[in-house]
Amino acid sequence: MSKFKKKKSGDLPAISTASLPDIVFMLLFFFMVATVMRDSTLMVSNTLPAADQVQKLDKKDRIMYIYAGKPSSRYADKYGTGGRIQLNDKFATVEEVGAFILAERASKRQELQNVLTTALKVDGDTKMGLVSDIKQELRKVNALKINYTTRVGDYRQNMN
Amino acid sequence: MAKRAAPEVNAGSMADIAFLLLIFFLVTTTIETDSGLNRKLPPMDEQEQEDIIIRQRNIFTVVVNKYNQLLVEEEPTEIQDLRQMAIEFLDNGGGQGEEACDFCQGKRDSSSSDNPQKAIISLKNDRETSYKVYVAVQNELVAAYNDLRNREFQRLNPMLGMNFVEANKIYNDPRTSTNEKSALKPKLDEVKNLFPQKLSEAEPNKN
Repeated sequence: MSKFKKKKSGDLPAISTASLPDIVFMLLFFFMVATVMRDSTLMVSNTLPAADQVQKLDKKDRIMYIYAGKPSSRYADKYGTGGRIQLNDKFATVEEVGAFILAERASKRQELQNVLTTALKVDGDTKMGLVSDIKQELRKVNALKINYTTRVGDYRQNMN
Repeated sequence: MAKRAAPEVNAGSMADIAFLLLIFFLVTTTIETDSGLNRKLPPMDEQEQEDIIIRQRNIFTVVVNKYNQLLVEEEPTEIQDLRQMAIEFLDNGGGQGEEACDFCQGKRDSSSSDNPQKAIISLKNDRETSYKVYVAVQNELVAAYNDLRNREFQRLNPMLGMNFVEANKIYNDPRTSTNEKSALKPKLDEVKNLFPQKLSEAEPNKN
């Protein structure tokens, strides 16, 4: 009879965790490759307006960013609460936009220089005067492709 | 001299270190891409700017004042009605003879636009206008064009099973193969020709 009786081994064998580091490393490499770190810290408040007829901005290497909005609370004492432009890591005046675009354009690869888009990341509460000034500067340096960066949402959110 | 075996390094904490790094990258990752309204600015050439005479009925004026109120064709309007008004204007097709529009489904009102190729939307804003209202207006005008382009795209390409916006998205996707792109391009261009985006922006008031 004891022929059919399985030998009771008692406790379950422990699951080997030897491959756990491998799995974690795999995930780690994925996120390391996929990560794009913010290259400039925002010094202006940047609540983008909502729109739903949007097109995606692929290919990050073809985009130049211009930020604008009220200086965030840390900088409010020094720079006031009017709309300001931020280029890379510092505040800039409207006149500096042209030079910034030319410098950015020169830093890109030759074949990309004609297909660059300027993404305007402008805070929703900014006055159009500032945006118009930026647009005039962009026209002067012939950077005509622009993108009003928005978040995806219904336009009625903008009305209050 | 007895050879001493090197003690094995304990790799048990390897997972912990890896987890730590993993969590760091998880937190800092931003995979989402930006999206927004693509526009093209008019080039700035000061020389010869010949005046082209445009009939008043072919211009659809939208003015946003500094209190963020909308004036469409001289009438105070709410933004909810803007899209429909723009569609009616573009799709009117009131032209006669050579200027007739055979695909328009509008009212053929003789006081509105002749055909979509002639129709121009003129947008004017004040320096004090809020940017988000401006974006909302832009969004609605682009939506009017997209609605009409979708309609025509589906009428011309019923077999494709997608509309203009979806087709355009596929066309602009870098992962789409060149074959597919070249097949889509003439179809997209055809519709773009039927409803060209003629959105002119006046320079804002200085006061």
